[in-house]
Amino acid sequence: MTTITKKPLHGETNPTAHLTPEDIELLGIELDAIRQDVLDDRGDRDSAYIRRVISVQRRLELGSRAVLLGSALPPLWVLGTVGLSVAKILENMEIGHNVLHGQWDWMRDPKIHSTTWEWDMATPAEQWKHSHNEVHHTYTNIVGQDNDLGYGIMRVDEEQRWHPMYLAQPFWNFLNACFFEYGIAAYDLELGRNLRIPKDKRPAEFKDNVRKVLGKIRRQATKDYLVHPALALPFGAFVPTLAANFTANVVRNLWSHSVIMCGHFPEGVETFERASIPDHETRGEWYLRQMLGSANISGSKAIHLMSGNLSHQIEHHLFPDLPSNRYAEVAPKVRALFEKYDLNYCTRPMPQQVYSAWHKVVRLSLPNDWLATTNRSNVVDQVKLLWGMTTKGPRARRAGSARLKQLARKVAPAA
Amino acid sequence: MASISASGPVRGRASGPTLRSALRRVAEAAVTPLELDDVFDVFHPLRGGRDDAGLRGRIVSVTPETAESATILVKPGRDWAGHVPGQYVRVGVDVDGVRLWRTYSLTHGPRRDRCLSFTVKAIPGGVVSNHLVHRARAGQMIQLEQAEGEFVLPVPIPRKLLLVTAGSGITPVIGMLRNLFSRRVPAATDITLVHVNQSESSAIFRDELRAHGTAGNLTLVERYDDRDGVLDVELLDELVPDLGDRLTYACGPAGLLDALEKHHADRGLVLTTERFRPVLVQPGDGGTVTFADGREVESDGATPILDAGEGAGVLMPSGCRMGICMGCVVPMRSGAVRDLRNGALTVAVPGETGPEGVPIQTCISAAAGACHIDEGARSR
Repeated sequence: MTTITKKPLHGETNPTAHLTPEDIELLGIELDAIRQDVLDDRGDRDSAYIRRVISVQRRLELGSRAVLLGSALPPLWVLGTVGLSVAKILENMEIGHNVLHGQWDWMRDPKIHSTTWEWDMATPAEQWKHSHNEVHHTYTNIVGQDNDLGYGIMRVDEEQRWHPMYLAQPFWNFLNACFFEYGIAAYDLELGRNLRIPKDKRPAEFKDNVRKVLGKIRRQATKDYLVHPALALPFGAFVPTLAANFTANVVRNLWSHSVIMCGHFPEGVETFERASIPDHETRGEWYLRQMLGSANISGSKAIHLMSGNLSHQIEHHLFPDLPSNRYAEVAPKVRALFEKYDLNYCTRPMPQQVYSAWHKVVRLSLPNDWLATTNRSNVVDQVKLLWGMTTKGPRARRAGSARLKQLARKVAPAA
Repeated sequence: MASISASGPVRGRASGPTLRSALRRVAEAAVTPLELDDVFDVFHPLRGGRDDAGLRGRIVSVTPETAESATILVKPGRDWAGHVPGQYVRVGVDVDGVRLWRTYSLTHGPRRDRCLSFTVKAIPGGVVSNHLVHRARAGQMIQLEQAEGEFVLPVPIPRKLLLVTAGSGITPVIGMLRNLFSRRVPAATDITLVHVNQSESSAIFRDELRAHGTAGNLTLVERYDDRDGVLDVELLDELVPDLGDRLTYACGPAGLLDALEKHHADRGLVLTTERFRPVLVQPGDGGTVTFADGREVESDGATPILDAGEGAGVLMPSGCRMGICMGCVVPMRSGAVRDLRNGALTVAVPGETGPEGVPIQTCISAAAGACHIDEGARSR
């Protein structure tokens, strides 16, 4: 992946080169019209939808937790754990994420409102709204500004210089996936940046936020790992219930991490250079960046529901405050605009999108072109080269990079 | 959280409350980040023992009174504290998915089945009134607040009463009358009711009132604008010859009440009125924005309230500044704003919109008239 503005330097085409500024503004007007159509039609059907999802989710969670009281019996453990996992996924994805986006604020129901909602997540809603709604949705896919790209710990772009520590990035990524909610909390706190500041110079706001996150984690952990297991104690199911809660949390984390990786990381999604974004980006330009910086997951209604309709990531990024149940409806109109303006609507089934995202994680964990130039016949040489680049310092890395570039040029015409 | 023993009789030994509060703490820890009320609401939204903010009711029936009015019978949650006839209740109704609040007079005394009722007249263009009269159905839930209002009869009831009502102004009065006449021993009060309406067919409770008149419970004076012309209050002295002996209660449009106040003041008579405040928001372009910290800013119709506030040095929460992150949402207690993206109006009227005001995104909203912004409400 190369930032969109640098593509021509690498012999690729900038996918927006054919659009004039007027085209981009027209595109913005057409997207505004799609949004307005939904606003004009928003009503009972939508409010009934979110209330039903919330009600089903709460019943499912309570029911699963009741089943887990008997989780000393393996079939009940499986049933309760599956139910609890699904409930936790719904709570985070279709409900929490979307409520916190203000998608349901228009109902003026203080119980379902972005300013009052709290969710089953390590990070407090208030902090997440800042890092997600404000930073990620405004600066989508701008390298160095949108931390959702690799969460500050990964190499997400060929232009980021390779370093041996990136070899571990698939492992980091997997670990991050398993404990995603804590990763998100650390990232909302900008933990990395703040920990580098001497303790006495850290901003008071950071200390305050840390306190809030720890409080939230304590409450969530007390619930899952102490209170519910203790309630199951009389039925001899303390440990199975604890295991079920842990499993459900990990399942939820893996699932949400996968969905989110699919949103911005698969091949075909564009990234942007900070310098290339105008100071006063127009609405049309912002829309265009959202269109190119997101990817969808195609699939069944169940996939859309369980992904919190982030399977319609493109539509979500264009209209983050439209009710999630409407994304599927606007998707054909949005897609028609992609075709009209000759842009790439990146959508694939979930397994392909997940594979594509993971492939990129692995590819970028290695030096540029290493994966592309490695085949069965040269694998030994390539591993030796990689070993050298890993262990012999910067000079060896520069030499290795040059060698790989040369190899890539040779391979390219053949391919 | 602390008010666990606020409702219901105190049960058990002295250690009861401690045990209950301990259990409650465990239950709260088991459902966090939800509150226990959220969980119970799934199963029993009308239960008692919760804070007033969660008081709700279920519509039991909707009975048409005239072509354009209906009486809504509601079973309130157990925390409903009851009311005195003549009082009103604030009702939150979801119309087209949006929660809107209105105030209606209660049209009954306390009932044996603990239900409450209010009668709604559909006003042309009235979003909530038309919804309640024409589209509300039994089984739907509404939000309630506790009854309020000073428009109640004194105790003991005066010997002679004059009640003057116009249009839907009959609604608090019918509550008083029903309460008086449903007693086993009817109150020994001589009542004259002057009931003014545009026409006979639009008169709410017409037949019920006539029946009371026939039964000798009250003296009913019916006035219809289309038949008798608009009532001149000077005529009251003719219509009610013993006016001077009576204590007057009146409810109706402002014009009538103003005239009546002058009329009574001139004669040194006591008058109690109830005014239904109509929604009077004339959205314009720009206006004075008043912030909770006391600052006032003149803002034009193109400047986001966020910018106007910050320009004046108000500490405002902010975020993306393009309407997507909800980081700037604060309540507007009153007034009107226009969405700069599509011109959509949002109006907040105390008593008509939610008790907490209407949350708005200040970064994409410009003043469309005078408005009050509570920018500090987020730092909870």
